Amino acid sequence: MPEIVEIPVLWLQGASCSGCIVSLLNSFSPKASSLVLRELTPGKHVSLRFIATVMAGQGQQVVDILHDDTAAAGGYVLVVEGSLPLGGDLFATLGESDGREVPIAETVGRLARKAMCVVAMGTCSAFGGIPAGEGNLTQAGSLEKLLQRDGIDVPLVNIPGCPPHPDWLVGSLVAVMRYGLDAVAATLDELKRPKMFFGKQIHETCPRRADFDAGRFAKNFGEPGCLYELGCKGPVTYADCPTRMWNSGTNWCIGAGSPCHGCVEPGFPDRLAPLYCKIDEQRLNRFRLLEPTVSETQK
Amino acid sequence: MHGSHPHTHDENGDVISIDPVTRIEGHMKVEAVVDGGEVKEARCCGTLFRGFENILIGRHPLDAVRLTQRVCGVCPTAHGTASALCLDDALGVADKIPHNGRLVRNLLLGSNYLQSHILHFFALAALDFVDVTALADYAGSDSELKAVRAFIDRQELSPFFPRYEGDYRCEKQTNVALVKGYLAALHVRRVCHEMLSIFGGKMPHNIGIVPGGVTGEVTADKIASFAGKLEEIGEFVEDVYIPAIFTVAGAYGDYFDIGAGCKRFLSYGVFDMDGERLLPPGLIEADGKPAKVDAARITEDVASSRYSDECAARPAEGKTIPQPDKQGAYTWLKAPRYDGGPAEVGPLARAIIGFTAGNKVIKGEVESALSAAGVGAEKLPSVLGRHLARALECRIAVGAMTKWLDELQPGEPVAVPLEIPDQAAGMGLSGAPRGALGHWIEIKDKVISRYQLVVPTTWNGSPKDSAGLPGPIEQALIGTKIRDRDNPFEIVRIIRSFDPCLACSVHVLTAAGRAKGVYRIV
Repeated sequence: MPEIVEIPVLWLQGASCSGCIVSLLNSFSPKASSLVLRELTPGKHVSLRFIATVMAGQGQQVVDILHDDTAAAGGYVLVVEGSLPLGGDLFATLGESDGREVPIAETVGRLARKAMCVVAMGTCSAFGGIPAGEGNLTQAGSLEKLLQRDGIDVPLVNIPGCPPHPDWLVGSLVAVMRYGLDAVAATLDELKRPKMFFGKQIHETCPRRADFDAGRFAKNFGEPGCLYELGCKGPVTYADCPTRMWNSGTNWCIGAGSPCHGCVEPGFPDRLAPLYCKIDEQRLNRFRLLEPTVSETQK
Repeated sequence: MHGSHPHTHDENGDVISIDPVTRIEGHMKVEAVVDGGEVKEARCCGTLFRGFENILIGRHPLDAVRLTQRVCGVCPTAHGTASALCLDDALGVADKIPHNGRLVRNLLLGSNYLQSHILHFFALAALDFVDVTALADYAGSDSELKAVRAFIDRQELSPFFPRYEGDYRCEKQTNVALVKGYLAALHVRRVCHEMLSIFGGKMPHNIGIVPGGVTGEVTADKIASFAGKLEEIGEFVEDVYIPAIFTVAGAYGDYFDIGAGCKRFLSYGVFDMDGERLLPPGLIEADGKPAKVDAARITEDVASSRYSDECAARPAEGKTIPQPDKQGAYTWLKAPRYDGGPAEVGPLARAIIGFTAGNKVIKGEVESALSAAGVGAEKLPSVLGRHLARALECRIAVGAMTKWLDELQPGEPVAVPLEIPDQAAGMGLSGAPRGALGHWIEIKDKVISRYQLVVPTTWNGSPKDSAGLPGPIEQALIGTKIRDRDNPFEIVRIIRSFDPCLACSVHVLTAAGRAKGVYRIV
C-alpha cells in the first residue's frame, strides 16, 4: 500500500454554538464519513486528532492530545470555531492543569505558535461575531485579535459565515494540501478570505437581481420580487451563496424568500443590523469597512 | 498516567473529573465524588459564558429570531420557533398566523428534531456502546465498511481513539451493523438539513421562521421534494434507528436501571396544532401525579452559579451579573426550579407526560416499545429509556409531518404583515429536541429592552441549589456504581443520555422580561 501522509487537524471551540462543526458534517461531496475515513487528496488523509463534538474520548485522555508533541512534529492545522473571550479567564475553559481551569484562549495561543497554519472557522472566529457584539460582557474577539495580542506569527485563513458553507473549509483545505500554503496565501483577500468563495457580491450574482433592476420589490414575507425593501444585505455582502447554494445545493437564504443578513461579513451582526430594515444612505456609512473589493473597484 | 482521569481526594472520597465531556454540544465538565465504588456527589459544570441576552438589548425586535438561533448550532430551529412565538405574542399576531405558516414552522422544527435525535444517538452517544475495532478484520464487500477497515489498518485512529476501554459488549457482527448505522446516520442527518432548507433556506441557522409566519412560498415542487426526503428519513428511523436502540438495549440491559434522575418531568408542549399541541404540555411530580404547567412557578437559583446572588429570581425578573470567582460556585449554569424543585426535560419527559395523559399516539408507541423490550414503564427513567423515547419521538414526528405536508395549501399566504409597537412584552414556550424551551421579550421604544431564554440544559444540567438539591443530571449520577474509575463509562453514558446542549444553557438567562402573572400554556 502506498504511504499515506496524515495531516493532523486540531479543532478547538471557543465561544461557539457548534454550528460550524454541524455545518461541516453537512458536507455533501465529499461526504462527512469520507472526510473522516478516506484520503481528502491523493496520498493525504486528514486526521481529526481533536474534535470535541465527535471524538470518542473525553477528559484528560483528550486534553493529553493537545500536549502531544508528535502532532507538532510534522505540522498540523489548527481550526478555531467561535470567538475568544479575552476579558476573563473563566469565560471559556477547556481541561485543567494542576487544578486550574485552563482558558481556551491560552490553549489556542499555545497551539497556534506551532501550527502549520490556523483557520478561523466561522464569523465568530474570523471577525468576533455575535459574542463580540455590542453589549457583550466578555470582550470576545476574533482569532486574529488573539494572535495580534500575543504576537503570534502564523499563516491565517479566515472562513467566515454563520455558519460557513462546508465547501468553504473543505475546498480551502484541499487547496492547501494540493498546492501548498504559499499558493493559497496568494489567493486571499485583504480580510484573509479565499477569493474563490468570497470574491463576489451576493447582489451581483443574485437570481432576483432582475427584480431589483426592474423595481419589483417584495414588501412582506412570502412575496415575490427583490428583498431589498425587507432589508437584504446582498449589496454589501461577499460570498458565493447564490451560485453554490446550501445544503447539498437545495436552497439558500434568498431562495427561501428571506433577505441576506450578511452573516459572512466583519461586523456581523452590529454593522448589518437591523437585519430586516432597508439599507439607507445614512446606514451605508456603517458598511464602509466591507468595501472596497476587487470586483467593486474594477467597475 | 496518560489517558486516565486525574483523581484528587475529597473529604468524602475520590473525585473523578472529566473535562471536557465530549460528544455533546458545548463545553461541559463533570466531577463525581466516588466512595466505595459509588458516586456520592456530582457536580455538573458549564465552562463557557457568552452573555447572549445582554447582547440582544437595544436591538431591533425582529433580529432576536435570527440571533437567538445562534445560541445553538444543533437546535437553532427550536430557538427560532420559540423566538417567533415570543414575537408573535408581543406583536399581537399570535392568533393570526396563516395555516401555511403554522404548518411550515412545524415542518421546520420537525426536521430539526429528526436531525438532532439521529445525530445524538449515532454520532454522539453510540461510541459509548459500539466498538469500531470490530471492523479491523472486516472481510465483507461493503465499500464504506472496507474504507473503515483500511482506515484502521493505517493505525491513525483519530477521532475514534483514545476512548474508554473495557465495556464494549456487542458481538462482532452486531458492532459491524451498528458501525454501518453510524455511517448511514451521518448521511441521513444531512438529508434532514436538506429537507429543512427547502422551506428554511439553509441549515444550521435557518432563515425561514419569522414572527408572523414563515418567509418561503408553498409550492407543489417543494412539497414533493420534502416528501421524498421525509420518506428516506422515515425509512432510516424504522429500519436502522429504532432497531439499533433495541440492539443496544439487548446488550446493555442494565442501563434500564442506571441513571434514573429526579423522576419529575416538565414540558411546555411542542408543535402547534389547531388549539392543542402534538406533544402535550404537562408536569409529572416525582410520585407520578400529573399537573398543569404554570410558568409563573419557575424560579432560578444561583447558589452554585457564577452569578451574583441578586440574580436569583423568577426568570421574568432575573439578572445576569457574572461573578466568576464567587465562593462555592462551580458552573455558568443557573438552576431553574419548578415549585422549588428540579425537573427533567426532553424526549423522556415528553413521552412520560403524553403517556400519563393518555395521548393515544404516544401511549401506543411507548407501550409497544416497552413490551418489545420486556420492561415495565417504571424503567423509562433511565439511560436506555431516554434513548428509546428519543427514537420513538422520531417515528411520531415523521407520521405527523407527513400529515402536515398534505395539509399545506400552495399559493396561500405564509405570513402576516408586522408592525413593531412602541412598547410590548411577549412569551414563547416550545420545546427543543432536548427539552422545554422558553423565550421572553420586552420591547421599549421599538427596541428590545429585555430578552430572556430558559433552555433545556439549564434544567437538566443545573447545579445544586440553595436548598442543597442537585440538578437532574447530578441526581442521575448520584448512587451510580462505577466499575472502573479509569474508564467511568457509567458517568458519560448517563450524561449523554440527556443530550446536553451547553451552548444553549451557558448562558442565556438574564436581564429578564417582566413579571407576568398567569402564563398561558397552549
